[in-house]
Amino acid sequence: MSKVMIYGEIKGGKIKKTAFELASEGRKLADGLGGELSAVLMGAQAEQFASDLGRYGVDTVYVVEAPELEGYNSEYYAQALAQVIAEKKPEVVLLSHTMQGKDLAPRTAAKLGVATVADCVSFRLDGSTLVGKRPMYAGKCYAEWTAMASPQMFSARPNVLETAENAKAGAVEKIAFTVDSSRTTYSTKELSLDTSGKVDLTEAEIIVSGGRGMGGSDYTLLEEMASIFGPTATVGASRAAVDAGWRPHSDQVGQTGKTVTPNLYVACGISGSIQHLAGMGSSKVIVAINKDPEAPIFTKADYGIVSDLFKVVPEMNKELRALLAE
Amino acid sequence: MKSLVCLKQVPDTETQIKVNPDGTGIVTEGIKYVINPYDEFSVEEALRLKEKFKAGEVLILSIGPDRATEAIRTALAMGADKGIHISDESLNNSDPFVIAQALAAAAAQTEYDIIFCGHRAIDDDFGEAGAMLAELLKLPQVTLVTKVDIADDKTKAIVERDVEGGKETVEVPLPCVLTSQKGLNEPRYASLPGIMKAKKKPIDKKTAADLGISPEPKLRSNAYSMPPERTAGKKFEGMEPPDVAKAVVQALRNEAKVI
Repeated sequence: MSKVMIYGEIKGGKIKKTAFELASEGRKLADGLGGELSAVLMGAQAEQFASDLGRYGVDTVYVVEAPELEGYNSEYYAQALAQVIAEKKPEVVLLSHTMQGKDLAPRTAAKLGVATVADCVSFRLDGSTLVGKRPMYAGKCYAEWTAMASPQMFSARPNVLETAENAKAGAVEKIAFTVDSSRTTYSTKELSLDTSGKVDLTEAEIIVSGGRGMGGSDYTLLEEMASIFGPTATVGASRAAVDAGWRPHSDQVGQTGKTVTPNLYVACGISGSIQHLAGMGSSKVIVAINKDPEAPIFTKADYGIVSDLFKVVPEMNKELRALLAE
Repeated sequence: MKSLVCLKQVPDTETQIKVNPDGTGIVTEGIKYVINPYDEFSVEEALRLKEKFKAGEVLILSIGPDRATEAIRTALAMGADKGIHISDESLNNSDPFVIAQALAAAAAQTEYDIIFCGHRAIDDDFGEAGAMLAELLKLPQVTLVTKVDIADDKTKAIVERDVEGGKETVEVPLPCVLTSQKGLNEPRYASLPGIMKAKKKPIDKKTAADLGISPEPKLRSNAYSMPPERTAGKKFEGMEPPDVAKAVVQALRNEAKVI
């Protein structure tokens, strides 16, 4: 019996790391509940990832194939996921709080008559009840949440749960699915993706962020640092920089932007408003570079550099390039 | 164009959140409340649609205690036409499903071509009500919307939405539920005449019983806590840029072990 079920997100023909994070956490929870861990994958290309999920502790992989599932669509994916959940009756369902997960989880939950405990950063079992700890007010406080209806649906913040290998079968079971076409949905006309492979802020392991102190839209120095760190790093911005039109809104970190949890957050020319500090305060390590020694960002920074970012960042880039080239 | 705009009143983003002594919630005394920023984008977009089509209505729908009237009044001052305020003890601090249920029941009693929700409220940060409302009304959803173009015959919309690492352009039949994302527009401020006019605009108060719903909570919260205290670490002052760069990069490698 599948006690715990995860939804594995596939993007650009690859399974996302968040799927392995969920599998690793799901394995622990399934063991705690004394049952199996299953995963749901969508689309004809999905079967190839079953063995990867098996490596991270998944017993059974349900692969749902239908022409409508070849690209993401809210309604079709929610129908398919709700159907598998209704058929297999897991006690716990885990998704990732990614851009897709944010769209998929609530619609699926509503089909099942439940709500999702969204954006959890840790889980624990209290008997057979799953407890998810999640930030609220963009991280200004936390609370523990439980689901009172079945299935207990939760989503996890990307890049927070540890991955751990724990080989299980990862056996594939195909699920027959026909779209309920009485429901209308949107059709995708164009998908323009950044082909540089830039990772989304919410999933980045390193974020190099710039604020008012950047003085303009030239973020070359920060982009250079991010590219030295590699594909898991990306560039962010404060609200001041976004509102000034220097950076796109999708780069904004903070209470009215994105809440982020990277391993390393480098704040350049960001004074540290309460909204910004809420949005990045749970980063593992924070480096702040600011000319103003009184900037609030220094109260949260593990390494605070009181200096001109335009002088320090090029030097850091030199050091990093040398170090990471080794 | 008739737009239904779902709106939530939330603590201002400047608010220092404090957890109450028994950990059952936050301290609400002294909090200044505002319209959820993402809902302001919704109000603005609905106003622009009414202006574009030179006809229609912008109806504000909000769930909350008495104070939520202020938020509805602010939206009316921006130019919305009327409000519905669902005020019921049983709905305060409800989970997203219960909220979506109440919104759906209220929506069913109104006429609309399109429904706007903020993509999330910046208080509980669930971000679920919009998609749930769409599902409960059996309507399509388009979330994280940054651009809306309604066809002249009002049967469909071309909508741009944020996806991971890019943008998606979709065509969606109306009516539908859109959730607003930053970038959609720049919300207007209420003008003084707008504020005066808003005082006379109707706000219809409703209870759960009026909507024919008896909410059954799906989620429960407890053990509210403050984030782990973060204290200032090492501060480097008055050092030459090459020296401080070397010191910090070495520390990130050897001490913090994050690179």
